[in-house]
Amino acid sequence: MPLVKQGRLTTDLFVHVAEGAELPGDGAVLVTAERFLADPEALLRRSGKLGVIWPNNRNVDDLVPYLDRLASIALVFPTFRDGRAYSQARLLRERHGYDGELRATGQILRDQFVFMTRAGFDAFEVKKDADAAAFAETMKRYSVFYQPTGDGRVTALNRRMQLRHSESASQ
Amino acid sequence: MTSPLEQKKIKITGPSVVTANRTWDGAVVYRTAQKGWSTELADSAVVSTSDDARALLAEANADDVGAVGPYIAPVELKDGGKVKPGNLREQIRAKGVTIDLQVPA
Amino acid sequence: MYAYDELDRTLINERVSEFRDQVKRRLSGELTEDEFKILRLQNGVYLQLHAYMFRVAIPYGTLSSKQLRRFAHVARRYDRGYGHFTTRQNIQFNWIKLAELPDALADLAEVGIHAMQTSGNNMRNVTSDQWAGVAPGEIEDPRIWSELIRQHTTLHPEFSFLPRKFKIAITASEHDRAAIKIHDIGLRLHKNADGETGFEVLVGGGLGRTPFIAKTIKPFVHGRDVLSYIEAILRVYNQYGRRDNIYKARIKILVHELGIEKFAKEVDEEWKQMGDSELRLDHAAIEEVRSRFSYPPYEKLPHMPDELKQAAHDPLFERWRKNSVAPHKVQGYSIVTLSLKPVGGPPGDATAEQMDALADLADKYSFGEIRVGHEQNLALPHVAKRDLPALFKALDRLGLATPNVNLVTDIIACPGLDYCSLANARSIPIAQELTRRFANHDTADLIGRLHINISGCINACGHHHVGHIGILGVEKNGEEFYQITIGGRADENAQMGTLIGPAVPYAEVADVIEDIVEAYLALRDRPEELFVDTVKRLGVEPFRERVYATR
Ligand code: HEM
Ligand code: SF4
Repeated sequence: MPLVKQGRLTTDLFVHVAEGAELPGDGAVLVTAERFLADPEALLRRSGKLGVIWPNNRNVDDLVPYLDRLASIALVFPTFRDGRAYSQARLLRERHGYDGELRATGQILRDQFVFMTRAGFDAFEVKKDADAAAFAETMKRYSVFYQPTGDGRVTALNRRMQLRHSESASQ
Repeated sequence: MTSPLEQKKIKITGPSVVTANRTWDGAVVYRTAQKGWSTELADSAVVSTSDDARALLAEANADDVGAVGPYIAPVELKDGGKVKPGNLREQIRAKGVTIDLQVPA
Repeated sequence: MYAYDELDRTLINERVSEFRDQVKRRLSGELTEDEFKILRLQNGVYLQLHAYMFRVAIPYGTLSSKQLRRFAHVARRYDRGYGHFTTRQNIQFNWIKLAELPDALADLAEVGIHAMQTSGNNMRNVTSDQWAGVAPGEIEDPRIWSELIRQHTTLHPEFSFLPRKFKIAITASEHDRAAIKIHDIGLRLHKNADGETGFEVLVGGGLGRTPFIAKTIKPFVHGRDVLSYIEAILRVYNQYGRRDNIYKARIKILVHELGIEKFAKEVDEEWKQMGDSELRLDHAAIEEVRSRFSYPPYEKLPHMPDELKQAAHDPLFERWRKNSVAPHKVQGYSIVTLSLKPVGGPPGDATAEQMDALADLADKYSFGEIRVGHEQNLALPHVAKRDLPALFKALDRLGLATPNVNLVTDIIACPGLDYCSLANARSIPIAQELTRRFANHDTADLIGRLHINISGCINACGHHHVGHIGILGVEKNGEEFYQITIGGRADENAQMGTLIGPAVPYAEVADVIEDIVEAYLALRDRPEELFVDTVKRLGVEPFRERVYATR
């Protein structure tokens, strides 16, 4: 599965470790929420980077105590119809100030890239190669945004107000 | 594609065809014996056993680019082998709306 | 009228080009139907019995003549010469080809019209009172708020994949013409003791399989906080709304399962945590949007012009005026409703010729503006009273002066089995037959206000639950049958109707409705007692007896 990170196709350094499977001695891993919550401290002491795969029906508040020590949080889109992880992403980024990797996993198509980026995702396990290759192009599709989110893009309303301001200033 | 699980449930009680809507324009189409689609019900492959229906549907489902949402629909066979829609819904799909649209032609 | 600026136009064009790319990928097989379905729905494209259906938004029901002409163009160029106005301020085209859709969208985009989020599990067109900005006694124009919410919820990065569709309606008048109580969120604009604008917020209304009347979640949310409060509701819904069963996925089920108090608590907690977010609207932001709504340069005109006095001798004109013309907030002007329910016609349909001609009339008599209401009728919102007689003549020639607004033949009907792939039974021919039965205008006048609503299946697109008489198509052994309810209403006293008895076959529906209406005429205690009030006073029993005694 191709991984797009910070806008570029990259090799995925993280290994998904299934529930119950043996944990590799070192190297970056993404573990399930159950495994993580069973003994977070032990896992965080491990030498490799640690990430958690967080299901979309679990409150992200449970992750808050560990946010500054997690290298990645993978939020899940069981199908691309299921949009719960968008709320989780915004809460993690905007309310809890998480600034590590936030990756989208599951059914990820190019048609969600803009939404996901705006919600705070910066890494994407993309289903189709063609979609991964089209990332940069897709991100250029929109130049106008109506809502403020944590991604800092200027909203249409802000642009209008600035325009008004500069118009009235130049009069 | 329809899952085999769903396909197992298929049971037909009379002559049937597979119908769908053509992807590029949405037109009503029927699966033909030549593994294609036709807008004419007369061209459709008529099946009479559940196994044949299932096979025809599986083949139709495999053509996701050609047509959308294939399903099995009942037909009536008239004397001389003429195929007629088997219920009101299919009659409306084959012949168009039942109402006077009041649109100048 | 609202004028899109460069930014709104850019966004629409960007959306069209994205959709063009999605269609291309679908036709080449890069996207499966399963993937594409969600994408096309987000742009108003359904697959119906005969073809694709294309639903286009008419935000808060306001249209310019230029936009209406463009609908006529789309109907002619890409469809079969007509369109269907729906109950949620949209227009639908029934015969669109997928391969041509991007071009149709591009043509519409040129006049600032889009189809974003007219279907799919996202925020739908934010509807409002079709008399917004012109109704006497209105507190303020609710469309400013509709537009603020429209922008905020368009391509929202968090809420474009909700558990199910989400509909908001706003009213700012005492009489609710926007049916806010059957919406996921209903907003009733009012002022608090300090004279500040805000909203009573209702949540969890909806029809369909499990109908609910919306409940008040907060009696007053300050206008500046309305976006953040809606955002809080949506965030709770996005996370906790059911996704296991599409029939239980609407917010009404979540509200019902949690109870309104618990749901309100969840929302309040989320809202508190959001704090003073960027969503707070300052005065300047609200004024920015307000400034882009323009109002016509009304003249100072007499209340009773000579033209009107003279025309009063024409009984046909008078009948139409009494039925279809309503008071305007500016002296000398009127709001004219145009019935799209001619005798024998499909309710809500308009031909390309009618649209073009109506656009011309709007230019001549209504400052180029047209409105669309949830009863599937149109309106000209600013007609000088002196022009009414001339307008009447012109409308009559177009078949748009049927004097049946709010009467028994002003039927709301969904497309039913003639078009819809989900239907059990036909709706339109039932409506057509009923309009023929009650074609005599004197009889219809005698009966008075009576709303008949018809849906072809339990999804309730024809709002049958809230019809004074509701007709619901069901299927029995492959035959079309209809359940009939009475006593429903969609206004500020919204209520679901009560079933009067077993379903009746297609051929008997019109007879049964005639029986019900005759029973009402016999039972009402005075001519002014409306059908719904008689049902309220007497219950359904006397009607049931009348209908089933001989069946
Ligand atoms: C022709 C294709 C149409 C299809 C496939 C369709 C489908 C549906 C479905 C599935 C629902 C139920 C959704 C739910 O409860 O979660 C629904 C509700 C609704 N539809 Fe349609 N519809 C169609 C046309 C129309 C038309 C023409 C109108 C207006 C005349 C309309 C107005 C509505 C309204 C107002 C509701 C909301 C009822 C509620 O709140 O539950 N629909 N539609
Ligand atoms: S009520 Fe049913 S039949 Fe009518 S349009 Fe809606 S889904 Fe179709």
